[in-house]
Amino acid sequence: MKILICLSNVPDTTTKVKFTGDNTAFDKTGVQWIINPWDELALTRALEIKEASGGAISSVTVATVGGTEVEPTMRKGLAIGADDAIRIDADPKDAYYVAAQLAEVAKDFDIVMAGIEASDYNGSAVGGMLAEFLNVPSVSSVSGMNVEGGNVTVTREIDGGSEKVGVEAPFVAVVQKGITKEPRIPAMRGIMMARKKPLKVVPAVEVEALTEFATYELPEPKAACKMVDADNVRELVDLLKNEAKAL
Amino acid sequence: MDFNLTEEQIMIQQAARDYAERELIQDVSERDAKAEYPTQHIKNIAELGFLGMMVDPAYDGGGMDTISYALAIEEFSKIDSSVSVIMSVQNSLVNYGLDKYGTHEQKEKYLKALARGEAIGAFLLSEPEAGSDATMQRTTAVDKGDHYLLNGTKNWITSANAASYYLVIAQSQPEMGHKGINVLIVEKESSGISLGPHEDKMGMRSSDTHSVMFQDVKVPKENRIGEEGFGFSFAMKTLEGGRIGIAAQATGIATGALERSIKYSKERKAFGKPIGNHQAIGFKLSDMAVKVEAARNFVLKAAWLKDNNMPFGVASAMAKQYAADIAMEVTTEAVQIHGGYGYVKEYHVERLMREAKLTQIYEGTSEIQKIVISRSLLQD
Ligand SMILES: Cc1cc2nc3c(=O)[nH]c(=O)nc-3n(C[C@H](O)[C@H](O)[C@H](O)COP(=O)(O)OP(=O)(O)OC[C@H]3O[C@@H](n4cnc5c(N)ncnc54)[C@H](O)[C@@H]3O)c2cc1C
Repeated sequence: MKILICLSNVPDTTTKVKFTGDNTAFDKTGVQWIINPWDELALTRALEIKEASGGAISSVTVATVGGTEVEPTMRKGLAIGADDAIRIDADPKDAYYVAAQLAEVAKDFDIVMAGIEASDYNGSAVGGMLAEFLNVPSVSSVSGMNVEGGNVTVTREIDGGSEKVGVEAPFVAVVQKGITKEPRIPAMRGIMMARKKPLKVVPAVEVEALTEFATYELPEPKAACKMVDADNVRELVDLLKNEAKAL
Repeated sequence: MDFNLTEEQIMIQQAARDYAERELIQDVSERDAKAEYPTQHIKNIAELGFLGMMVDPAYDGGGMDTISYALAIEEFSKIDSSVSVIMSVQNSLVNYGLDKYGTHEQKEKYLKALARGEAIGAFLLSEPEAGSDATMQRTTAVDKGDHYLLNGTKNWITSANAASYYLVIAQSQPEMGHKGINVLIVEKESSGISLGPHEDKMGMRSSDTHSVMFQDVKVPKENRIGEEGFGFSFAMKTLEGGRIGIAAQATGIATGALERSIKYSKERKAFGKPIGNHQAIGFKLSDMAVKVEAARNFVLKAAWLKDNNMPFGVASAMAKQYAADIAMEVTTEAVQIHGGYGYVKEYHVERLMREAKLTQIYEGTSEIQKIVISRSLLQD
């Protein structure tokens, strides 16, 4: 069996977000790029499964839709332990477009793992759409996965608890936190090997994006904290009601 | 001139930062209080490849450059210099010395295990009566034909207990002065070796430091590194590189203290505003940042010279002296900025201050670095 990880390139979570062009584009200057945290967890779990599979899982591949600028992030995936990488040479316009691109590549894989969302646009759409394009089952909110003798079981988070589901490959797992404890830290050997592993570039397929970004807005800055004297309950209630409008 | 780090250097820096922020921080204070050796962390960083970073891949090392190594040491030291000193001795003294000057057989037998981090190494130069003046070796290695007979005492030896292999500097021909000194690979399990008690240190308390006594220890001839009499020169050459590691450590300690101070200066309020907005504190932060930046540039310059096979002895002495001295200044100011909270363990800055002090002492005190630098200035 072969596993594919859909790996998205996102700004570091501590990035100070700014926009250009009258709030129509994200300002990429000076941004440090990282693997989307959910994808990094998925990759880590995939490698753990592969290592414990006694050869049943033959490879773990990472795929990213993007220009050459995403390659360092993909190589980080290779450094962590992926066997090879596929870059789909296209500007990731929207979720539909990205899912359509990934589908072309993903059809050759048995297990496809995508993060529940990407930490930049938080769209939560690619995984489900990808399964639809591939016409295979998709399992959402996956917080655990095991492969034993070709049988795949996944754990899903559901209201108030979790459930275990058996799935038949091929399928798409939409992965959330809990799939593994922590993302794997790449070892020095992996870092030095990363450039030697195959990174294949494939052309984009023709699809129209269905949406386009009109403008962006930053959230209101957080208001300073107001201190109310412990004895002054009346003032507190008044503030909560009339100023914070929380009551 | 290119100030950009390579993709690999950035990955290594991040890997070290992730490990330190995720794992070392968990028990650093407890290990410091109990003076407990970081057994599990050393095993983990060995698996990640941090204990054999620069060794030739032919001998199971990472084949990385000195810049990568300095970046990794700096990241670990922002949080835990007990771990980074073990790493520094292993990489820049023991492994570097063996890799550069050892024979193929010595490397097969000893370096491979050290580079994989399966074995820990120690570097035994200092003695009770020979610290800064390392020429005054009293430990003797007497030539007995097919072996040397080793006798004497070494002091302040980092990883003395954890190590399997020692690189021991000893005098073989006293009449020849420092030209009679040899360096020998000694297996710790050899009979005749005993350790003094664990030193109860001010800082870096989780690293293990002991004196080591040799009584009629037989060391095979083939365990000598280099020619007869190469020992002193070996020690000086290795320490030149080692100083880059300690300079990076000092820079890391100072950076850790600065980062914590910036955070605290935004959170802590006095007289109606965050203390950072009082100019006296803002200026302290500014002074600290300038020093840290200068120290880092010194370190990277020395590492770059070494990576490009250019003379780096004076640059590494400058880096070590400056970084160590500013680490002391910056950590002292960090405690000041934290006020009373700086004086207790919870905020880590008092520990960083204790750790900084050692960087001015080992691998050549700040005074000794000034001797190295001034000599080079006055040389005709
Ligand atoms: C925790 C710890 C770990 C260590 N690990 C190791 C190790 O792994 N291996 C190892 O071999 N050693 C190790 N050392 C030893 C360390 O390198 C020495 O302590 C250091 O070189 C100083 O030597 P000393 O302590 O004998 O001080 P001394 O040489 O006695 O110096 C005392 C003071 O005199 C000053 N001084 C000396 N000579 C001059 C001069 N000519 N001009 C001006 N000032 C001078 C010094 O700068 C210092 O301030 C370690 C030390 C410590 C504390």
